[in-house]
Amino acid sequence: MDFLASLLRRFPQGRVLVDTASKLAYECDGFPLHRRLPLAIVVPRSTEDVRDIVKLCNEHGIAFVARGAGTGLSGGATPGDRPTVVIALAGMREFVRFDPDDRVAVVQPGLVNLDLSVAILDSGLCFAPDPSSQKACTLGGNVAENSGGPHCFKYGMTTDHVVGVTIVTADGTIRRLQEGDGADLLGLVTGHEGTFGILTELELRLVPAPEKIRTWLAAYRDMSAACRAVSRIVGSGVVPAALEILDELTIRAVEASVYAAGYPQDAGAVLLIELDGSRLAVDTDTAVIEAILAEEPPLTLEATEDAEQRTRLWKGRKGAFGAMGRLAPDLYVLDGVVPRSKLERVLREICEIGRTHEVTLSNVFHAGDGNLHPNLSFDGRDPIQRARALEAGREILALCVREGGSISGEHGVGSEKLEHMEFMFAPHDIEIFRGVKACFDPKALCNPHKAIPTGTSCKEGASAKAPGVLGAR
Amino acid sequence: MTAPPDLQRAYKASLDCVHCGLCLPSCPTYATTTNETDSPRGRIYLMRALAEGRIDIDDKSLRGPLDRCLGCRACESACPSGVRYGELLEETREAIGRVDDHTWRRRALRSWLDRFIAHPRGHRLSMSLLATTQRLRLDRASRALPLPGPMRRSLELMPKLAPSRERRPLETGIHEPKGPVRATVGLFTGCMMETVFGRVNRALLSILLENGCRVHVPAGQGCCGALHVHAGLRERARPLVDANIAAFGKDLDAIILDSAGCGSAMKEYGHWHEGAAAFANKVRDMSEFLDELGFVPGTKRVEYSACYDDPCHLCHGQGIRSAPRSLLAAIPGLTLKPLSRPEDCCGSAGIYNLVQADLADSILGRKIDDITRSGADVCITANPGCMLQIEMGLRRRGSKVRVLHIAEVLAASY
Ligand SMILES: Cc1cc2nc3c(=O)[nH]c(=O)nc-3n(C[C@H](O)[C@H](O)[C@H](O)COP(=O)(O)OP(=O)(O)OC[C@H]3O[C@@H](n4cnc5c(N)ncnc54)[C@H](O)[C@@H]3O)c2cc1C
Ligand code: SF4
Ligand code: SF4
Repeated sequence: MDFLASLLRRFPQGRVLVDTASKLAYECDGFPLHRRLPLAIVVPRSTEDVRDIVKLCNEHGIAFVARGAGTGLSGGATPGDRPTVVIALAGMREFVRFDPDDRVAVVQPGLVNLDLSVAILDSGLCFAPDPSSQKACTLGGNVAENSGGPHCFKYGMTTDHVVGVTIVTADGTIRRLQEGDGADLLGLVTGHEGTFGILTELELRLVPAPEKIRTWLAAYRDMSAACRAVSRIVGSGVVPAALEILDELTIRAVEASVYAAGYPQDAGAVLLIELDGSRLAVDTDTAVIEAILAEEPPLTLEATEDAEQRTRLWKGRKGAFGAMGRLAPDLYVLDGVVPRSKLERVLREICEIGRTHEVTLSNVFHAGDGNLHPNLSFDGRDPIQRARALEAGREILALCVREGGSISGEHGVGSEKLEHMEFMFAPHDIEIFRGVKACFDPKALCNPHKAIPTGTSCKEGASAKAPGVLGAR
Repeated sequence: MTAPPDLQRAYKASLDCVHCGLCLPSCPTYATTTNETDSPRGRIYLMRALAEGRIDIDDKSLRGPLDRCLGCRACESACPSGVRYGELLEETREAIGRVDDHTWRRRALRSWLDRFIAHPRGHRLSMSLLATTQRLRLDRASRALPLPGPMRRSLELMPKLAPSRERRPLETGIHEPKGPVRATVGLFTGCMMETVFGRVNRALLSILLENGCRVHVPAGQGCCGALHVHAGLRERARPLVDANIAAFGKDLDAIILDSAGCGSAMKEYGHWHEGAAAFANKVRDMSEFLDELGFVPGTKRVEYSACYDDPCHLCHGQGIRSAPRSLLAAIPGLTLKPLSRPEDCCGSAGIYNLVQADLADSILGRKIDDITRSGADVCITANPGCMLQIEMGLRRRGSKVRVLHIAEVLAASY
C-alpha cells in the first residue's frame, strides 16, 4: 500500500490533510521567506499516534517535520527539500499533571506557553521562559528551539526549565529522557530544532512567581545613552529580570499599532528595566537602579509596580515584531549575539549595513545578554529588495561572529541560517553535528536539511577558514 | 504576479500580514480546531495565495476555511501589523460568491436573505408563522422531523416569541423628549430587533427620550444589509442601503441603533458604497452615543448581578469596550461580575450558527462556561444574534441565567 493510503487508513477523516488549501497554509512558519508545500499534514492526538506516523514514514522513506504554532523565525517547521509530512502538534495540548509541591508541570507539547502560566496562576508558580510570542507559541516549540525571552536574562533559557521529556525518536522508538540520567541527553535534545525526533510530553520546572515586580520605562534621546545605562546597570552587579531596548523606528511602528504602549515618540530609544524577586531584594536593587538613572538621565521616566501598568509597558515590546509589518510587506527578523561591551558600536555598524544595502532596519533587543534582533523590512515580491535584505542579514551575522558573538541567540538555525553556519563552524565541527544527529535519525528523515548544513546547497556549509568551536583540528 | 482586478484591494490588505502568528490565540475557530487553515494567519495566507493565483478560485478546499470564519474580527484587535481582516474577507467572499453564484446552496441563501430577512413583510410573516408553530407546540414536534439541519437549528434558536401585540413595530414619526432637547437623532430599528426583540427598541426609545433626545423613527427604513455583505452579496445590499439613506434624510445629529452587527456594517458602508459615507459617519451605537452625550441614569434600583459579554461587532468591529461598562456602572443596584474572556465570540455571527453547527456549538459551549462560572444572574449583551445564541446555550444547560440587552437594563432604572 502506498504511504498516503496507509496514513489515511490509520487515521480518521480530518486528521490527514492533503487538500491544496491545507498544504498552502502549512508551507511556511514565521519565516515565510522559505516555503515548500508539504506532502500531507497529519494531526496526532497521542504519543502512540506520533509513533505510528513516524514508523510509517520510516517504512516508506518519507521525511517528516514537527510543527507547533509555526511562530518559529528560522524556518524550522517548514517542509524540507524532499516530500515531507508535517506533524501538526498544536492540538496535543493537554495539561497532564500539575505537582505544586515538586514544582513541576507535565504537559503535552502543543500547550501554549502562556496558557500554562495562566492555568497555574493561583498556585503562585509560573513558567519562567517568556518568549515575546508566548501567547501563541507552544511549549514543544520552546523546548525544541531552547527559546528565550526578556526574563531569561535572569532565569535562564528554556533548557534550564526542562526536567524530562518523552520523545519519539526518528526511528519510531518512544523514549523517556530525564534530568540526571547520566549522559545529558536531555540537554542535547533541548534545542534540537526538531531534528532528532518528536517531543510528545514535557515535564517542566516551575518557579515561584516573584513577590514584587518593579518596571521602569526610560526614554533616551539616542541609542548610545540607552546602551550606556545598560552597561552601568550590568556593571553594578544588580541582575534585573529584564533589560530590553527598542529603537526609534520600532517605537513609531508600535505606537501606530494596537500594541501602543505610550512610548514617547520623539525618543531615540526606550529602555525597559524590570526587577523582580523578594520585596527586600527589589527594594535594595531599586536604589541602585535609580541612582544609575540619575547619572544617565533619560528624557522621560516612568516606573510602576502596578500589574496593569506593567502589562501596558510591556505590550509594545511584545508586539514589536508584528508591528514592523506596517513598514513593508516582508520582515526578516535577525537573531545575532554580541558581547554586551560592544553593543553600542556593533549597533552603529549594523545600521550602516542597512544603509549600504538600502533596507529599512530597526532594532529591538535583549540588551542584558547582547541578543540583538535587527529587523529588516522590505518587499519580498521585488527580487532586488529581497536579495538586498538577505545580503544585509548575512553581513550582520558575520559581523556578530567577528565581534566574538554568534549567529543565533534564541531563534535557532533552521533553514534560514544554514548558510551562515560557516561563520562559526569548521568542517570537522559540522561532521560531529552530523554524527550526533545520525544516532537519533540514521535514515535522515527527521526535519532533514535543517540546523546542520548537509552541503547540498552551493551557498551553505562549513568553511575551512572558520575557527571551529569543538576543539583543535 | 498581478491580482485579478476584483481582488486588488484584498491583495493589498493581505500584504500587511507578516505571518507572526500573534493573532492565533484570539481566533475562536483556531482555538477550537488548532488547524492553520482555521486561523486568521492561515486564512489571510490563502486569500493572498488566491489573489496571487497560487490557488484556483474554483478550488473546493478554499471554501471550508473561509466559510468557517465567523467574521468576528477578534484577529484585528490582536494584530500588531494592523491587517484589515474584515475588509479582506468581505472582498474575497464577494469574488468567490460570484463564481459560486449558480450553486443551489448559494441560490437558496440568496433567496432566503431576500425574502425573509431583507423584506419586512416576509420577515414578519415568518415570525408570525413561528409564533403560531410555537403556540401549537408544533416546533417541538418538528424536532423529530427529518428537516434539513439549518432549518431545525433556526427553530431551536428562536426563543419563545412574545404575543404579537408586544412584537408590534415601534410607532413611526417624531417622539419628543420630556425636558429640553439635547440632540435630534434617528432610531434605526433593524429587522431582528424589531420582530423578535421589540421590547429592546422600546427600551432604547425610552432611554433616548429620558436623556433629552428628539427621536425620529422614520417609516421606510429597513434591513441594513449586513448579512448580504458578510455573505459576499454587496450588490444586493446596495438598494437596502439607499432606502435607508432616503428614509433618514440629512438633518439628524446621529443615527442610533442597538444592534452591534448592524452598526458595524453600517459604519463601513463607505468602504464599498461611495454615496453612503456621510450617512455612515452619523451611525452610532447606543452605548457610544449615550456615553458621549453624558448619560443620565434613572434612580430605580435593579437588584441583580450581571456579567457583560462584548459582542464581536462592538468590541472588535467598532472598538467600543468601555462605554457600555461605564453606562452599566451608573445603574443603581447593579453588581457587575467580570467574565474571564468577555471578548470571545459566542458563535452566533450572523447565520454562522445555522450553517457551521458543530464549530458554533463548541464555541458557544466555552462562552456558556464562562458565563456560568462568573456567578452572575444576568448576562448583558448588545446584539440580537448574540442574545439568541447565548439564550439557546443557557437553555440547553437548563441554566437560570437570563439574557438582557443593555438597553433593557438601562431603561429599568427609570
Ligand atoms: C512575534 C514573535 C516573537 C518571538 N519572540 C521570541 C522570543 O522572545 N524568544 C525566542 O526565543 N523566540 C521568539 N520567537 C520565535 C518562536 O516563537 C519560538 O522559536 C517558539 O519557541 C516557537 O514555537 P512554535 O510552537 O511556534 O514552534 P514552531 O515554529 O512550530 O516550530 C519551531 C521548531 O520546533 C520544532 N518543534 C515544534 N514542536 C516540536 C515538538 N513537539 N517536537 C519536536 N520538535 C518540535 C519544529 O520542527 C521547528 O523546528 C518569536 C516569534 C515571533 C513570531
Ligand atoms: S497578527 Fe497580524 S501580522 Fe501577525 S499573523 Fe496575524 S494577521 Fe498576520
Ligand atoms: S474573523 Fe474571527 S473567526 Fe475569522 S479569522 Fe478572525 S478571529 Fe478567526
